[in-house]
Amino acid sequence: MIDRLAQQTLLDPAGLGDSELSTLLGTTFGHGIDGGDCYFQFASQEGWSLEDGIVKSASFNIERGVGIRVVRGEQTGFAYSDDIAMPAMLEAAKTARSIASAGQSGRIAVASRSPSRPALYAPDNPLDSLDEQTKIDLLKEVDAVARAEDSRVTQVMCSLAGVHEVVLVLNAQGELTTDVRPLVRLNVQVIVEQGGRRESGTSGGGGRFGYQYFREGGRAAGYAREAVRQALVNLEAREAPAGTMKVVLGPGWPGVLLHEAIGHGLEGDFNRKGTSAFSGRIGEQVAAKGITIVDDGTLEGRRGSLNVDDEGNPTQQTVLIEDGVLRGYMQDEMNARLMGTRSTGNGRRESYARLPMPRMTNTYMLGGDADPEEILASVDDGLYAVNFGGGQVDITSGKFVFSASEAYRVENGKVTYPVKGATLIGNGPDVLTRVSMIGNDMKLDSGIGTCGKEGQGVPVGVGQPTLRIDGMTVGGTQAA
Amino acid sequence: MSTSPERVSPEPVSQDGEVQALSHSPESLQARVQRTLEAARERGASDVQTVVSHSVGLELGVRKGEIETLEHERDQSLSLIVYFGQSKGAASTTDFSDQALIDTVEAACRIARYTEPDPYAGMPDPAFKAADWDDLDLDHPWDCSAAEATELARTIEAAGFAADERIENSEGASVSTRRAIAFLGDSQGFMGGYRSTRHSLSCALVARDDAGMQRDYAYTVARHADDLTAAEQIGREAAERTVRRLGGRKLSTRNCPVLFAPEMARTLIGSFTRAISGPAQYRESSFLLNAVGENVFPAWMQIEERPLTPRALGSAPFDGEGVRTRNRPLIADGVLQSYTLDSYAARRLGLESTGNAGGARNVTVAPGDKDFAALLAEMGTGFLVTELIGQGVNMVTGDYSRGAAGFWVENGELQYPVEEITIAGSLKDMFQRMAAVGTDVDRRGNIHTGSILIESMTVAGD
Repeated sequence: MIDRLAQQTLLDPAGLGDSELSTLLGTTFGHGIDGGDCYFQFASQEGWSLEDGIVKSASFNIERGVGIRVVRGEQTGFAYSDDIAMPAMLEAAKTARSIASAGQSGRIAVASRSPSRPALYAPDNPLDSLDEQTKIDLLKEVDAVARAEDSRVTQVMCSLAGVHEVVLVLNAQGELTTDVRPLVRLNVQVIVEQGGRRESGTSGGGGRFGYQYFREGGRAAGYAREAVRQALVNLEAREAPAGTMKVVLGPGWPGVLLHEAIGHGLEGDFNRKGTSAFSGRIGEQVAAKGITIVDDGTLEGRRGSLNVDDEGNPTQQTVLIEDGVLRGYMQDEMNARLMGTRSTGNGRRESYARLPMPRMTNTYMLGGDADPEEILASVDDGLYAVNFGGGQVDITSGKFVFSASEAYRVENGKVTYPVKGATLIGNGPDVLTRVSMIGNDMKLDSGIGTCGKEGQGVPVGVGQPTLRIDGMTVGGTQAA
Repeated sequence: MSTSPERVSPEPVSQDGEVQALSHSPESLQARVQRTLEAARERGASDVQTVVSHSVGLELGVRKGEIETLEHERDQSLSLIVYFGQSKGAASTTDFSDQALIDTVEAACRIARYTEPDPYAGMPDPAFKAADWDDLDLDHPWDCSAAEATELARTIEAAGFAADERIENSEGASVSTRRAIAFLGDSQGFMGGYRSTRHSLSCALVARDDAGMQRDYAYTVARHADDLTAAEQIGREAAERTVRRLGGRKLSTRNCPVLFAPEMARTLIGSFTRAISGPAQYRESSFLLNAVGENVFPAWMQIEERPLTPRALGSAPFDGEGVRTRNRPLIADGVLQSYTLDSYAARRLGLESTGNAGGARNVTVAPGDKDFAALLAEMGTGFLVTELIGQGVNMVTGDYSRGAAGFWVENGELQYPVEEITIAGSLKDMFQRMAAVGTDVDRRGNIHTGSILIESMTVAGD
């Protein structure tokens, strides 16, 4: 049964019924073709932003189109159209299948795939979840709270964004899958000033639900206070140390470590091609005992979660590392087929105009049993990093970085003073072998991550407990 | 190109039917601009500005001699900004149906009913608008069929594999070509548009030795296919860049001079242009706040913006608001001359638009008198950075800390590859401590600079 909204949004306006879709499939796929899909997408998004205390700009955007992908062996042919209509689609299909010389097969029957489990999010349009004035009031509240928090706050910039996405995937076998995905995000940045020194702090959150989330439990105000707190900490920050030392990472968003250090390296495409530092290492010990890391697209309402991936496959929990041993890769259909395995529901794409690839969903480390206080108390000389900006990895050499935006010096088991942001660098395949303590405080991030790969951004989540790593290079300016 | 209605010239068609033909004519795009302007005025907008754009492209990737991906691109979009007095709304769509045009205009108007009046909002001063402009020589369609692109990509990759036996794997070679057309129109009567092209070749290779694998890449990009570096050269360069990274080691933590290779030097100048942008200034989010008139660089430094350079990748005859662009100094004798402002930022700061809606274009650092080898010799002993990873730049404070890879240099000669280290400093201080800019200018982007030598930075390693 086709989701009514998907049908009304994507198929009905073009008069596409089973017969037309069968013809489209027959024209696109058939003998000699291993896979591929027609990916129909409608996305409406809005963004409201406040600065100088007023909501002075907002934007609304609509995208609609269909991407047609034909896969044969290791080859992919791809074309797309902004126009969902038979003539344009048949033209795109012809172009996409130009990689294959095989004849067309006529018609392929369409069969809808039913959801295999309850939905992880409601199909409601988040843009309609609050009226416009209430959205504005929400941003004004954030502004007011941030300014009231401390007189040193000179600038508050905040934004509220929502996406309502309707996806319909018709694969080469004629299986039809739909998904309706909400996504919201609230972001705050503040600038503080004291004695001519300026620092910033940022905070925010979101996920796959409506805007009401931000009004519950004072969340929006909480983001405002958190941004101010970080900025004020940074006003006191001294030069960061330079060199290799013990590092304690806080819980939650610092899990960007896992995303960079091992996540990307375990994506199926790099491993099929043998270009990842983790290629051919399944079964090897790549992390300390006690470390288990999963990629899980099935967490309710999380930013990185999906009912089905962009190839129509249900997402799942995939164990990447179990008790320190490398267990598995994240796969899309094509890479799974070429590696003789099954998709793990990690085939994702930014839009109909881009090709899907193996991508992470929510990637996190399970909690251990150490008390976070004990972990800090155990460090004689090191760095405690609790907030981060982004990170990046060189898949092939395994070298990765992630940049701390809030960090402290730890001396004799005590947090002594804040230090300026600094980049931490390490080697993915061995950094986790140096984890010596795993906290019992596993936490997921607040819903702020976007992962970029080959120019395509997709929303993701990360998480981890407090971790002690015995030796990471900290890129400050104070050489010992 | 002039403001008179554009002549439609026959589109080049290759023999086997591959066409780099735009499927919307200039006339139809201009008509869409006009309809959008009219629809917004009919709904009460006091002013409106709209951009209609369209592009077609082909991207072909070959890996290990076989086609890996063949992507046909065809994009279109319509975006508009409406003003109701001092209130503003914006909307965009990729749907070119008449109904979508109306829906998008109404969405922008609806938003403007809710946004609050901003005293600085509005259109640019008509006196600054471009009235006529020269053809900047940006449109050179490349008659390259998928079959020809395949052969070219195979040639690139094969040259890479042949260059060194340690090249054992490939992420592929790719050929891409894209042609775009865009028209900007507004309720003050501005209507301008032009076509442009962008073509590139690239290759990423993987080498292995006992210590592990390394990957690197090479690319060339230009408006005209004739300006691209030869395919074989791209393959060889990718191989050389990859193989030379094998056996990388860490350095011990130290302070030392750092030489940024041109493509890395570009990122330093990129931080400079971000810091002098209008939003960074009026949001007080810049480490170069209110710095016009200050010595930001040493006295020998000259940096210009050259948006009118023919065939250059960043060129444009007018900015995103129709304001004329002009070649002008940003840094003269080390002193900051101007910010880069659109009309909004200009009003906020009590200044005039500098034609920078959409950013700075062809930011050009005047080369010194030393080539790359001479710069290595001038550095003597230090770190040559050829790759940077991570963000690690705090634009508010100028604090700089990024992951780096490159080479340790002694007596002006490369000693061994270096990886898994960071380089750190403060951008304000790094700018002051620039010792030289090389003649090895990289023009493959919107920032044109040679290598940059910085007297001292902190290297963190073992």
